[in-house]
Amino acid sequence: MTSRPHPAGRNYHVTLLALVVVYLAAIFAGFLAPYDPSAQSRDFAFVPPTGLHWIDMSGAVHLRPFVYQEGRPYPLRFFVRGAPYRIARLFSSQRHLLGVDAPAALFLLGTDGFGRDQLSRLLYGAQISLFAGPLGAALSVVFGLVLGGLAGFFGGWVDAIIMRAGELFLAVPWYYLLFAVRMALPLRIEPQEAFAMILAIVAVVGWARPARLIRGVVLSGRTRDYVEAARALGASDLHVLRRHVLPQAFGVALTQAALLAPQYILAEATLSFFGLGVGEPVPSWGNMLAVLQRYDVLSSYWWMFLPGGALLAVFLLYYLLADALHERVAALPG
Amino acid sequence: MSRRLAALSLALSVVFAAGPPLASQQRAAATEWLVSRADTGRPGGQLVVIERAEPRTFNPVVAIDAPSKDILGRTTADLIHVDRETQQPQAALARSWTVSPDGRRFTLSLRRGVRFSDGQPFDADDVVFSFRVYLDEKVGSPQRDLLIVGDKPIAVRKVDQYTVQVDLAEAYAVGERMFDSVAMLPRHLLETPYNEGRLARTWAVGTPADAFAGLGPFRLKEYVPGQRLTLERNPFFWKTDRAGTHLPYLDRLVFVFVPSEDAQALRFQAGDADVTTRLSATNFEVLQRDRGKRNYDLLDIGPGLDYTFLFFNQNSVAQTDSPQVARRRGWFRQLAFRQAVSLATDRDAIVRLVYRGHAAPLWGHVPPGNKLWVNRSLPKPPRSLDRARERLRSAGFSWNASGALVDKDGQPVDFTIVTNTGNTERMQIATIIQDDLKQIGIRVGVVTLELRALLQRVLTTHDYDACVLALGAADGDPSSEMNVWLSTGGTHLWNPEQAAPATPWEAEIDTLMRRQLAVRELQERKRLYDRVQALVAENLPVISLVSPSVLAGTTKGLANLRPTIFDHHALWNVDELFWRGRPAGETR
Repeated sequence: MTSRPHPAGRNYHVTLLALVVVYLAAIFAGFLAPYDPSAQSRDFAFVPPTGLHWIDMSGAVHLRPFVYQEGRPYPLRFFVRGAPYRIARLFSSQRHLLGVDAPAALFLLGTDGFGRDQLSRLLYGAQISLFAGPLGAALSVVFGLVLGGLAGFFGGWVDAIIMRAGELFLAVPWYYLLFAVRMALPLRIEPQEAFAMILAIVAVVGWARPARLIRGVVLSGRTRDYVEAARALGASDLHVLRRHVLPQAFGVALTQAALLAPQYILAEATLSFFGLGVGEPVPSWGNMLAVLQRYDVLSSYWWMFLPGGALLAVFLLYYLLADALHERVAALPG
Repeated sequence: MSRRLAALSLALSVVFAAGPPLASQQRAAATEWLVSRADTGRPGGQLVVIERAEPRTFNPVVAIDAPSKDILGRTTADLIHVDRETQQPQAALARSWTVSPDGRRFTLSLRRGVRFSDGQPFDADDVVFSFRVYLDEKVGSPQRDLLIVGDKPIAVRKVDQYTVQVDLAEAYAVGERMFDSVAMLPRHLLETPYNEGRLARTWAVGTPADAFAGLGPFRLKEYVPGQRLTLERNPFFWKTDRAGTHLPYLDRLVFVFVPSEDAQALRFQAGDADVTTRLSATNFEVLQRDRGKRNYDLLDIGPGLDYTFLFFNQNSVAQTDSPQVARRRGWFRQLAFRQAVSLATDRDAIVRLVYRGHAAPLWGHVPPGNKLWVNRSLPKPPRSLDRARERLRSAGFSWNASGALVDKDGQPVDFTIVTNTGNTERMQIATIIQDDLKQIGIRVGVVTLELRALLQRVLTTHDYDACVLALGAADGDPSSEMNVWLSTGGTHLWNPEQAAPATPWEAEIDTLMRRQLAVRELQERKRLYDRVQALVAENLPVISLVSPSVLAGTTKGLANLRPTIFDHHALWNVDELFWRGRPAGETR
């Protein structure tokens, strides 16, 4: 393989920074979200995004933006007191970044059919959707690294068993199985349990692909001259695996993780879309998108597509990252 | 609101206009025509109707699914028909009838000169044969149960070629209504299969069209599975209009099969069909917004016979149940707990958010659409969180420091509402109740299950806490809901198939329901059923929530269309429908 400059590779740091910002927004959802994500304002069902104004009806320009509520202007306020929240289970507060005085309401991304603020739900939903993906991907890749490494290094019947098992996992129709698994579980699952379930499912389902790749890398690495040399010098299996073979596989694993993370984010969205993920009223991007199954929502309320847009943006960042990582791995000597 | 008033006044005006049919105006003629009182129209054209699923059978004896019934309702006829507008029995194939003073003998005079759609004559032998088939246990007709009175099947006897006599073991409140929708069968076609014991399997959907014959306004022409079913005009139909034109007016009736609710709205919007019923409120709103540009009318017929409700699991606790299950059932069996849930539930929000106003909030289980039976004097306590809290306090519940409701033992109160997947309305209702109850400190989970799995839990394994479900009385008569309200009933949802009534009020409902079935006077039956409604509203075995409106759409220009809340909402008088302003014979 030859190293060639790639546009994504150059923006590696920008991409990473953008992803960090997205994840920080999810962690600080409580502060950034104007409202409690499950609070229903029943007089404001399917309200389009609130318009921010700088120029009032008399033509005067205001530095501080404001919103109209029944013809009256209400200025945007910062660090307002609102619904209590906790951040990362560490500290709690009631201060929110943005807000307006009642009876006006600030729905920057509109509301859903129960009058719940879409922006708040999107931020809180990210806590589930964005973390289930990378955590699941990390688990998958660790499984893949261990199993693929063993298969590639030892070969023989170990290889045969692991790889046949991997093929089995690739061939199972997972969604049907998941419906069956869900039926067997107790009726009610807490959001944390649902999160753990999603994580377990995507990790267990997904180990086979990275395992195959890593097996290939290990298989080719095992026969390299310097590995042969190390063995000739009396190095143990473990030593060779640790010092010479796995470091090569590590770059592949990292790229795989960056590729799998968005797929798993989508898997969470799909599970929640079918009602198998976290349940109401806890938001996730998948269950937020589930309302698009309804024709009236699809045809009438464009702002209900916004979680889809957010998903797309996150995907793009991850793929850019995977591309950049791939470039770096390919550029590595050896 | 104004729309509902308008619909009501329209319905009333039509009731007065219709009146009783003039049964025997043309006694001298060979055929005793039934003369329709509807506006006279012009023959020709076809009507395309959306049906949600394909028929399972063309055999009226064993048909049980709605699509088969919708279609067979147009190709068959009954002796006495309940008018879908007035809810009153009307002459059909029987031009008149008498009832003995003890209410146990009906004597029916058949219309003379009536022919099946294949041209063969219809008489008392066909009637006797039909009832023999329906009552034969080996055939397994779902109609059989309705023809058992006082534990004995009704006895049907031929008096002469045009007179039959029907004897009942005891007086039966439903009386002549039991003849409604019992399709008369052609003996000349079905006697051989019946004698050979294969009647239940005859007239399956694959049978060629010329093997059928019925007495309805249309007859089968062609069925293309997966696409459409075409009925053509029955030239032997026994009704005319006031000008003497033979009914039906339409040449063809085409059913197209569209499974999903959304796809139905889309197909109708695109102009692929003339009639769609059972529109969801949200799709109705979408169609309404587009109405100016399109060639259709939309009709809100008002709250129908369906009622949606929440109920709690009140089955007795088995020894194998866990202590948590036992504790929960303990809450659910307390009236004050159920009252608090009812008081905290925002029915108006359900009407507004889920149904966009196309529904009526309910405090009793009979919806206002069922005008004949609804008890209008039931109290309608408005939503009140304070009163809900007061009810809970009176039953020994309290609130902990974080605002969560706890029972006498300090255990936090939480439960799960199940409802069926695929019904977005019920899912939304459950989510609204979840938020309502959060405000009185109850933590509620919402879980959706596939309908069959849900019913299995509710009726068989009893493994659930609470459930949002809907029921609909087919004809609005309380007799059709015996199974729900009798404590021995299989669909006595909150505690089915009890050996003995678990509570005094369930015992009282049992008595009232059995009595209303034996009494003949409507007023007395109404009085008894009013009491049932009051008992249900007081004891809240089901917390009635909402009754959705029946919403339909039709292509502009369809005359005599008088949709009702009864099945089939738009086609019940299909013989009278015609296209206004289209020349005769023109097809779309």
